[in-house]
Amino acid sequence: MSAALFRPLAARDRMQSIWEDGRMTEEVVAGFIKPNDRLTALERLEIYNRQYWFRLLDCLYDDYPGLRSLLGWRRFHRLCKAYLTRYPSRSWTLRNLGRQLPQFIEEAPEFTTPRTVLALDMVRFEWAQVLAFDEAHLPPLRVDDLLGSDPSQLCLGLQPHLSLLELSSGVDEYFMAVRKENEERQHGTASQAHGSAPQRRSASRLPQPKLQSLQLVVYRYDAQIYFKRIEREAYLILRALRDGLPVSQALETALTEADASADWTGKIQSWFEIWAALGWFCQTPTKPLSS
Amino acid sequence: MNHAIRFVMPASPYNGYTDYGVGIGLRVPHYRHILEKKPVVDWFEIISENFMVDGGRPLEVLEAILEQYRVVQHGVSLYFGSADPLNREHLKKLKRLVQRTRTPWLSDHLCWGSVDGSYSHDLLPMPYTLAVAKHTAEKIRQARDFLEVPICVENVSSYAEFHQSEMTEWEFLAEVVEQADCGILLDVNNIYVSSQNHGFDPFDYIRGVQAERVGQIHIAGHSRYRKFILDTHDHPVPDPVWDLYAEVIRRCGHTATLLEWDDRIPSFDEVHHEALKANRYLHDTPALVSC
Repeated sequence: MSAALFRPLAARDRMQSIWEDGRMTEEVVAGFIKPNDRLTALERLEIYNRQYWFRLLDCLYDDYPGLRSLLGWRRFHRLCKAYLTRYPSRSWTLRNLGRQLPQFIEEAPEFTTPRTVLALDMVRFEWAQVLAFDEAHLPPLRVDDLLGSDPSQLCLGLQPHLSLLELSSGVDEYFMAVRKENEERQHGTASQAHGSAPQRRSASRLPQPKLQSLQLVVYRYDAQIYFKRIEREAYLILRALRDGLPVSQALETALTEADASADWTGKIQSWFEIWAALGWFCQTPTKPLSS
Repeated sequence: MNHAIRFVMPASPYNGYTDYGVGIGLRVPHYRHILEKKPVVDWFEIISENFMVDGGRPLEVLEAILEQYRVVQHGVSLYFGSADPLNREHLKKLKRLVQRTRTPWLSDHLCWGSVDGSYSHDLLPMPYTLAVAKHTAEKIRQARDFLEVPICVENVSSYAEFHQSEMTEWEFLAEVVEQADCGILLDVNNIYVSSQNHGFDPFDYIRGVQAERVGQIHIAGHSRYRKFILDTHDHPVPDPVWDLYAEVIRRCGHTATLLEWDDRIPSFDEVHHEALKANRYLHDTPALVSC
């Protein structure tokens, strides 16, 4: 039954009529499912086959509105079907369904070309929002916790819900425009109840995201998801801290190619104050703050 | 000895010796209303998987709910009937949630839904055989022993039957709960849906259930199609389901009852009003107690 269940649907959302070994699916299914007075064995199993795909596709539709708008309904649908065929859900929670979607887009660019770069940016950005929604928030370190610490020894962790993204396009602005466009459209709530096929939406008329190099932080603050563009040097500092470097080394790494004429001391101090106020820093599990 | 008539919910080991009345599912569209208006609700059922996270808004809402209300956990992915062993990480997260909510009992479904680590995110029927019953009961015992909370297993609605089955669904349910020594979450809508799809008398099902093991009841609506009924949880409870509910109450006594409304969810007041209709059956069937 599981082999039949996970097989992609054919045209008009029907069960594929030919089995993997060339036999008629109807013949295979009739071997283990009983018909009744109204439905054949195939028709009975088809209910489950359709519900499997409807439920999972609906989940991806809900979690990736930006990617869906970027690619258009038809291409997004084809991408999701191919993705779920290659990477069926390996988690008990639907929350993780899109975890390997960035990898799949890289592996199979034919589903997103010629917008593969934009698609990769958008899917990473939207996955970061999934993480920001419900990853842990550890006790934050404040500026006072850091005073007096030796920066050559001080290692700072970043909150588990925080993602650092290096992007090639303005997908954040595009996403906000999509959200505004979608506000008037209704989505059904996710549930364990049986549903119908995801509904096709009319094509978005939004201009494509601008190609530009930018660095973005996606995080949670006060139970809300935020995303914030930061300067390249700020991104490099945070990335180095996340990778386990002590503060002094992180600063050195980040400023190697920076503009020497800028007031980095003032900027960096301001950044650290803001980041600490937002609760971004926490103790690293392997190198806790020494008292 | 004087006898007085009181409306008593039968406390049993399968519902943690509690006396819960009529509850509704905790659903996202109702969060704001519940947290702001604080309506009187006897208890809420939560879908465990929605709160088995490490942080964020789900847990924030849950904490606010737990301050005011009683909560019972209902799961959708333990998959007692799957050949795969129970997922240890899933069980650990579930146990943390059990300790947080102090749920007096925990429910999940008599079904399978995963194979070789791939998840269907559906509630799939099993062949009703002694071997499957034994395997399923063993997994229920393992889960109960780990979670240290009474377990009630729920009958699912189904659209397919297997040639391999050796007994009726209610005989299978009875076999499983006896071997597992667990409770039953009797879903009367699921009984009705399955009875129409498979052509059996739903009252035979109810008569075949061990009344003393029924720790909770589910009621819900469904969608009728030309050749089958789909368990959609998106309509009020129809009369035939209320008739079944009345019979269950007559046999089992007053039992914790939960209205499931998971899709096209109307206002909180409408859902709660629908759930409270159960009281007309509960109040019509007093339990005689000594006083």
